Amino acid sequence: MLAKRIIPCLDVKNGRTVKGVNFVDLRDAGDPVELAWNYSQQGADELVFLDITATVERRKTMVELVKAVARQINIPFTIGGGINEIADADALLNAGADKISINSAAVRNPALIDELAKAFGVQFVIVAVDTRVMDDKNIVYLNGGRLPTEKQTLEWILEAESRGAGEILLTSMDHDGTKSGFDNGLLTLVNNAVNIPVIASGGAGSVQHFVDVFQQSEVDAALAASVFHYGEILIPDLKSALKAHQIEVR
Amino acid sequence: MTDNNQPDTATALPGISPDGPRIGIIRYGAGNIFSLTAALERLNIPYGMVYTETDFEKFDRYIIPGVGHAGAAMNKLEQTGLVPKIKALKKPTLGICVGMQLLTSWSEEGDADMLNIFPVKTLKFAGNTTFKVPHTGWNQVYQEKENPLFKNIPAGSHFYFVHSYFIEYDHLYTLSSTSYINKFSASIWLDNFYGVQFHPEKSGVYGETLLTNFSKI
Repeated sequence: MLAKRIIPCLDVKNGRTVKGVNFVDLRDAGDPVELAWNYSQQGADELVFLDITATVERRKTMVELVKAVARQINIPFTIGGGINEIADADALLNAGADKISINSAAVRNPALIDELAKAFGVQFVIVAVDTRVMDDKNIVYLNGGRLPTEKQTLEWILEAESRGAGEILLTSMDHDGTKSGFDNGLLTLVNNAVNIPVIASGGAGSVQHFVDVFQQSEVDAALAASVFHYGEILIPDLKSALKAHQIEVR
Repeated sequence: MTDNNQPDTATALPGISPDGPRIGIIRYGAGNIFSLTAALERLNIPYGMVYTETDFEKFDRYIIPGVGHAGAAMNKLEQTGLVPKIKALKKPTLGICVGMQLLTSWSEEGDADMLNIFPVKTLKFAGNTTFKVPHTGWNQVYQEKENPLFKNIPAGSHFYFVHSYFIEYDHLYTLSSTSYINKFSASIWLDNFYGVQFHPEKSGVYGETLLTNFSKI
């Protein structure tokens, strides 16, 4: 059976991880490569690096990081943040990235999805969607949940799929940071509407939240950051718990 | 993990054991090979690049890499002029992902004729909201035949897949199988030719075991 995937997400700025990390056995918690290696040893199925660098040097910095990760890590990984054109994606692919994730660039220029899928294949293109409830509707937001768009979440996801997204990374900004669980209602709705894999994000606070999201929404993967970085949930423990609930894991 | 032996790709031949097996990676302009060469370097498996017919003589086994569109990949391979040489190879040759699909007779992706080393077809998954396409993630692989490629890899081990097209199951050529929507060929084998649909360079320890096994076949 295809295993449900557990995906730690690392925020990276100027080539260094920025969210707090308290693994006791890390010599340098700011080194994304060492952190990634640690996660791969723990049994993470995949990694996402979210680049929040805002300098002109960003592509060069990111390419160096991607190469360093690809040299050392034997599981797949995705790069998100600041990918605005084919050339960005091409540089990351050639450095060893398995997938790229695009968010606001796709909202502003939806044809970018078509271009990336045509150039590199749908399997390379994750469309990340940040969503928030406004007036009882799920609306696509930009800028980390601060800027609402005109787009309704499900409609935008279906458009992204038809344009060539190979996977959807759906983050509920209402749940993100609350540790109150994933938005299982919206995730179920989306997962039942698309024929491509869905990654749940936003709200993970306990092992039970992962059990719930896989049992209720049947999404393909779940992503989290701080619960892993702070050691609140250890991946081997999480996998054991999922297995005990008859959820297929690696 | 901290030793920074700069594996800089391209044409470097890190001859760690000059008398040991050397893998020639067949280059035809499809896909990136950074992750593959990085894995070979982690495993101390010497490798180099095959661009021309004479390059084949430098190596005692070959990998055909590939990602993306199978029809487009076949076009690029034909443009290299290496097709007759590849079809006549007698040394161990491993196709990975689209590189494996190139070994089949035909692909539904682009309605394209392939190398026809294996008389089996590459077909598109019929996806739905339960079985998503691309088939993305870690799935279990079961050997159908005894072969050193899977030495020290237990039945049912997980490998990393990401593909929308699959090679049909065939009891003659399927070396290992995986089930997703339907049972398909996770790997194929005929004489010196092998293909794997998953990405061994991204499949954790068992993927690395498989690459090491191939270097010793």
